[in-house]
Amino acid sequence: MFTGLMANTWIAASVVAVIAGMTGYFAVLRGQTFAAHAIPNGAFAGAAGASLIGVNVIVGLAVVAVAGALGIGALGSKARHDVITALTLVLMLGLGAVFVSMSTQYAQETYSLLFGQVTGVSQGEVAPIAGLGLAAALAIGVAFRPLMLTSALPEVAEARGVSTRKVDLYFLLVMAVATSMTVPVVGALLMFSLMIGPAAAARSVTARPGVALALSVAIALAITWLSIALFYRTNWPLGFFVGTGGALFYLVGLGARRLAVPRSLTRS
Amino acid sequence: MHYLVEPGFLGSPSVRTALIVGTVVAVTSGVIGVFTVIRGQSFAGHSLSDVATTGGAGAFLAGIDQFWGFLVMGAAAALLMEGIGVQRRRGRDVATGVVLGGALGLAALFLYLGTLKTASTGASFTILFGSIFVVSPDTVPAVVAAGLIALAVIALLARPLLLTALSPDIARTRGVPVRAVGIAYLMALAVDVSLSAVAIGAVLSTALLIGPAATALRLVKSPVKAMAVAAAAGLAATWIGVLLAYDSYYWPPHGHGWPVSFFVVALVLAGYLATYARRPRRLLPRSPHEEAAECSPA
Repeated sequence: MFTGLMANTWIAASVVAVIAGMTGYFAVLRGQTFAAHAIPNGAFAGAAGASLIGVNVIVGLAVVAVAGALGIGALGSKARHDVITALTLVLMLGLGAVFVSMSTQYAQETYSLLFGQVTGVSQGEVAPIAGLGLAAALAIGVAFRPLMLTSALPEVAEARGVSTRKVDLYFLLVMAVATSMTVPVVGALLMFSLMIGPAAAARSVTARPGVALALSVAIALAITWLSIALFYRTNWPLGFFVGTGGALFYLVGLGARRLAVPRSLTRS
Repeated sequence: MHYLVEPGFLGSPSVRTALIVGTVVAVTSGVIGVFTVIRGQSFAGHSLSDVATTGGAGAFLAGIDQFWGFLVMGAAAALLMEGIGVQRRRGRDVATGVVLGGALGLAALFLYLGTLKTASTGASFTILFGSIFVVSPDTVPAVVAAGLIALAVIALLARPLLLTALSPDIARTRGVPVRAVGIAYLMALAVDVSLSAVAIGAVLSTALLIGPAATALRLVKSPVKAMAVAAAAGLAATWIGVLLAYDSYYWPPHGHGWPVSFFVVALVLAGYLATYARRPRRLLPRSPHEEAAECSPA
């Protein structure tokens, strides 16, 4: 279970979990859940396009993810944010549909891009995944204070000369980088589950930012490890365990809070 | 004429079915989409369509028509989202996201089990991206009926829906049951999304829901006019999309059609971007404070 290809899987999936826990926490805090869904999901088009013309999948993912982040960030300030996000997403998915329909080996390829192929991590892929993971973690660490400030107190941030728009765009780009390395491992659809479930669960238990961030990473790791182990035993798709695990943790967190705090206080 | 419409276009029964389904979907999506955009629920709309994927995969597994899978799963997800807490704007996005994440996990399982059961691997592609040309004629009456029901619900609830969208507080003081209206609206949305999932695929139904409505709301101020414009725009995009997809069998690469979904999405987006050429007139101007309020902690 821990040897050979599975060892790579454990390493790659752990890196993915840490990054998903971190970026997911800020995505939930900043109310950018939809963008967190749209960027990995839309980046799928990049992977499909790249495999069609025979380029490295990670390059295709990165290009489309960054383009999507820039599109959402640039147009989102002009019109309604959710509408722009939705339209950017469908544009990317529409392109993905064309690429997939042109490729001859689509079905299996599509499935693994959307739902992940965690056991397919080769020795050579571990290093770039770890490198990109480190870059994403550093990018969040460097900008921790402005990210926190613009999320919690946007007016104060503006008054102090921190541009909410620029921080927004920065965060979207970090998500795009994180996405391009995680999609080949967990798949476009489940990257989102891994980002939102743990972060939402952590935030429903504690309001303190540092604790919540750590908890979010811990839950993401726990879900990932548990999912791989279950996947290894049952051979059911990893995505099933990751997706339902995230939702389950959130419900547990919500239930714990309902029990601990009187209902009238949770409404604040 | 043959340069525009390839021979046999209107004579083909699958094209006729596609046009009927496309019309129902475009009109329903246009009308409901206007409310979705005004209420700021694009994410919920998109999530319901992704959740419908789960239903589609489940139906494929159980061997029943996909449409029913879309419908049942969409309605269940709408209830769940409302139950977790869709009322507050921020809690709503997280609740939507969690339901979506869980449902996608189930979709992965169903698709996996489905491919174990049958040798065909093309199912996940059809479920996700749809294929309006393979809609079975038997489904058409159900599609039309579901579309009419969704439209009727929206028509009955139009006034309270608009009021709760623009000012929940005023609606509450006037005795509008805000929560019940929200649930009814999400249900209509779920029905509509299952319709478009059949037509252009689960993951792309967002295009028909949000695109024409957002375009219309940039062009006209009155919500009623916007509904008409959105329905017309969606209709145009669907029809031209079906026509182009049919023609595309004669385009390079030879003998290989382009997906209808792509044309519909491209046309819808082109329409939306074209509105930027005009001086923008918005129904609801977005103030920086509103943005800020959305970003602050609950």
